[in-house]
Amino acid sequence: MGALRQLTVTQQVGLLFVIIFGLLAIVTGLAFARSLRELSPEMAELTERFRRELRAVWIGTVLFWVAWASGAFVATLLFALMSFLALREFITLTHTRRGDHRALLAAFFVVLPAQYFLAGTRHFDLFTVFIPVYAFAALPILAALGNDATRFLERTAKIQWGTMVCIYGMSHAPALLLLDFEGYQERGAFLVLYLVLVVACAQGVQALASRRVRARPVARQIDRTFSWRAFVIGALGGGLVGGLLYWITPFKPAQSLLIGFIASGCGTLGSLVMQALKRDAGVRRWGNRASVTGAVGLLDRVAPLAFAAPVFFHSVRWYFDA
Amino acid sequence: MTRPEFVGLLLSSIARLITGAQGHWYGSPPKAEQRIYFANHQSHFDWVLIWASLPHDLRAQTRPIAARDYWTSSPLKHWITREVFNAVYVSRIRTEDEDPLEPLVEALRNGDSLVIFPEGTRGNKGEPQAFKAGLYHLAEQFPGVQLIPTWIDNVQRVMPKGEVVPVPILCSVTFGAPMTLAPGEEKRTFLDRARSAVMALSKVAA
Repeated sequence: MGALRQLTVTQQVGLLFVIIFGLLAIVTGLAFARSLRELSPEMAELTERFRRELRAVWIGTVLFWVAWASGAFVATLLFALMSFLALREFITLTHTRRGDHRALLAAFFVVLPAQYFLAGTRHFDLFTVFIPVYAFAALPILAALGNDATRFLERTAKIQWGTMVCIYGMSHAPALLLLDFEGYQERGAFLVLYLVLVVACAQGVQALASRRVRARPVARQIDRTFSWRAFVIGALGGGLVGGLLYWITPFKPAQSLLIGFIASGCGTLGSLVMQALKRDAGVRRWGNRASVTGAVGLLDRVAPLAFAAPVFFHSVRWYFDA
Repeated sequence: MTRPEFVGLLLSSIARLITGAQGHWYGSPPKAEQRIYFANHQSHFDWVLIWASLPHDLRAQTRPIAARDYWTSSPLKHWITREVFNAVYVSRIRTEDEDPLEPLVEALRNGDSLVIFPEGTRGNKGEPQAFKAGLYHLAEQFPGVQLIPTWIDNVQRVMPKGEVVPVPILCSVTFGAPMTLAPGEEKRTFLDRARSAVMALSKVAA
């Protein structure tokens, strides 16, 4: 795999995308062949769900490809749009009141653009503290000025939480793209791809493992399929993929394995947290099927990334002192 | 693409970006038949939301009602309502010899579909207020036109009364099964039935 490091940046990314699209095409072909056979209703339902997931993966991959092909600026805009849509879905699920109007406007139209602007212009110091410090103070002030004390703490907490996950968390993906450190200039796209691939694989492996492995669910009230054993298998799977991908990263194989493991762990735990959130909001199932409120399940899909990206970003930055 | 078409596309894209503008059709498929959509009214955003959730082909022939004094008061408002939305203007000031429904009747004679908010004003509670009689008179005069109850969900959170900038929150528009005026049905009975048909859709939407 050392030879792969000798290739130029564009060749490496090209190769990576060829591999990913090739794998996806094979999986899609297999799924299609399988769908031609007669299946029991239970299996048919499962196949249908798998096809929906596969479609989401295709859309995501094409999006990343577009983001990479069109440069950092467009990629930042794309992530900002994703952030916007995720926050829209999050706010829809929480019960805000009239008095929150101004705070919500600030979150959507001031904090979100400002955060992505900071990421795009590489002001990483302010970028890191802007939401946890400044937005944290500003949003409740605006809410208090709304002159409504009913469930005040609950309402502001929800808005702040949504801002943290949907804006702060997500914005670390384009920030990775723009992160420069020695010997690794202009190659941030790899880090994003690495992160997304690792987290996605961990999710997939965990889902498979929780079907095959018999283990006691840890939090039955929240997710019946989540068990420590499946979690560890998923995170190890993600770590393994991370290790295999070390040639696109600035890491050594062992480091890559470890960082992949950490990112996967954060991602799968993040999706567990989202599961808890949707239980609380009374949504039974999201996944692609649009519910009547129009929640299309974007939040579900981006949650692992939104949880893993900041941890990944800071560990990379801290370790490489960038 | 003409300028009104472009502005229309722009407005509907904004509405989609902010609210998702999801149209759900229960009991009446989106067809190019002549229809009167009647809906609950909670915000200025309601009309744009219904309009954006209609399929593209139906938008041109579905017209809103606009108060003449307000919507012709500036050139921009007039242009948008006339050119983009093709609104039917009604005057809010009552005169003795003029039927306020006349412009609506005219539009229905031409074969257009209408969107009306029978509450008359915007409510700020969850339940719609009692319906005004206009719907009944139109149903009486045009028995061939389908009456479609419509429920707009969540929009009061997007733009509460008194606010100008909308907050992005997902909304849905639910279109129900067509209802008709029964022979010899009392005005009040019909209007109450229409109101409960709209409210019944809120349970479908939830």
